[in-house]
Amino acid sequence: MFVAVWWAVALLRQDFRLLPTPDLVLEALVAAAKTGALQSNLLITMARVAASFFIAMTLGSALGILLGMSRTADRLLGPWVVLFLNLPALVIIILCYVWFGLIEAAAVAAVSINKIPNVAVTLREGAAALSRDLAEMAAVYRFGRWKTLRHVILPQLSPYFAAAARSGLALVWKIVLVVELLGRPNGVGFELQTAFQLFDVATILAYALAFGLIVQAIELGIIQPWERAVNRWRR
Amino acid sequence: MTGVTIEIEEKTFPAARGAPARALYRDFRLELADQSFVALLGPSGLGKTTLLNMIAGVDRGFEGRITFSRGPDPRIAYVFQSPRLLPWRTVLQNVLLPLPPGADSLNRARSVLRDMGLGDAEEVYPERLSLGMQRRVALARAFALEPELLLMDEPFVSLDEANASRLRDLLAELIEARPTTVLFVTHDSHEAVRLADRVVVLGGPPVRVVRDVRVELSREGRLAAGEVERVRGTVLGAGPTVAA
Repeated sequence: MFVAVWWAVALLRQDFRLLPTPDLVLEALVAAAKTGALQSNLLITMARVAASFFIAMTLGSALGILLGMSRTADRLLGPWVVLFLNLPALVIIILCYVWFGLIEAAAVAAVSINKIPNVAVTLREGAAALSRDLAEMAAVYRFGRWKTLRHVILPQLSPYFAAAARSGLALVWKIVLVVELLGRPNGVGFELQTAFQLFDVATILAYALAFGLIVQAIELGIIQPWERAVNRWRR
Repeated sequence: MTGVTIEIEEKTFPAARGAPARALYRDFRLELADQSFVALLGPSGLGKTTLLNMIAGVDRGFEGRITFSRGPDPRIAYVFQSPRLLPWRTVLQNVLLPLPPGADSLNRARSVLRDMGLGDAEEVYPERLSLGMQRRVALARAFALEPELLLMDEPFVSLDEANASRLRDLLAELIEARPTTVLFVTHDSHEAVRLADRVVVLGGPPVRVVRDVRVELSREGRLAAGEVERVRGTVLGAGPTVAA
């Protein structure tokens, strides 16, 4: 349906450079895949996404759980989290590049710093809502640290992890492209910039398409099965 | 099995929004003999749950001492007012988690669940069970641990009488088979007389022992309504009282 409308509009406009038909986009996709540029750029971008996503989830979760469990920590660090939550992504990216140079570490750090406050805020809610009843039960029955974490605390936090992961992945994708566009010599973001300068809309759409497919695959193949598994017990 | 000496010099309930701090316990003392079944009887809101929490070690904000006759760190099982099961773990896992790993524990957990009539529910998640069954799982978790001290906080409240009665019989049977020291909180004098060999009636605040009644009934006597009523009269203060 969507493809049909797109095709009709493109044919009506008759300006294939600005709005190419779906078959032209597919052609561009195949062409990019043949040279290997599509695969290598996607791979590089995915690696950056994975690295910053992993760093942001780890540090953000730790920070969020700390804020949720300790009032003092929340009072001291809470305002900083809000500040970073609202700091434009572009400001963080530019500062990282200016201070650390146009290097890979600066790129990944910039994306992570953008994402950490989101994860922290979500996990803070989760940690603040942890059940005291179950904590007492675990203490009386001497579960110990590891058992308590694994069987009592993490299952309570899992919906919050899922929420942070889903919104996090979306945000990280978007910011990684900006980071690549501004200061990396490869990756999907860099490729899009090149296409933009050449007004090559077909290539831009081809990358967007490839991208969309990968995100859907991650959602359907990883996030949703995991959510189903951890929610099995619900009535 | 362990005797317990409870000495609480001071336990105050923290001040909250306008309400001043109030003293729950002051110079309170209670001794539980080894292998005794003591029922604590008193109105709701008096601080009976707080007492169990202090004995269990989850409430440490008080001045005083809890000492155990056989070593400082006995195995304690606590049946809370609500079942407090982990909803994301199966019935069997809930019973197994407090136990040390091993085939021994698995066998014990299974056999206790069977005794409770939960043999078919091992792989079920707790929230799919009725409240009565969830309470039985909580009892199974406590018994599988083979505790030296069993704390129970109105474990049969909010069950219908038939269910509650069945669970009381089950509890009596299990304790007979595996003797242990029990401290049982309730506000139901019938329940107290039917199960316990000593009923301590509390009043306050601050909490003090109003009456301390020995229940010398045989198992059959506990099932006879007249006998229970007679002792209940004593517990409620109609008859002669033991030293407070």
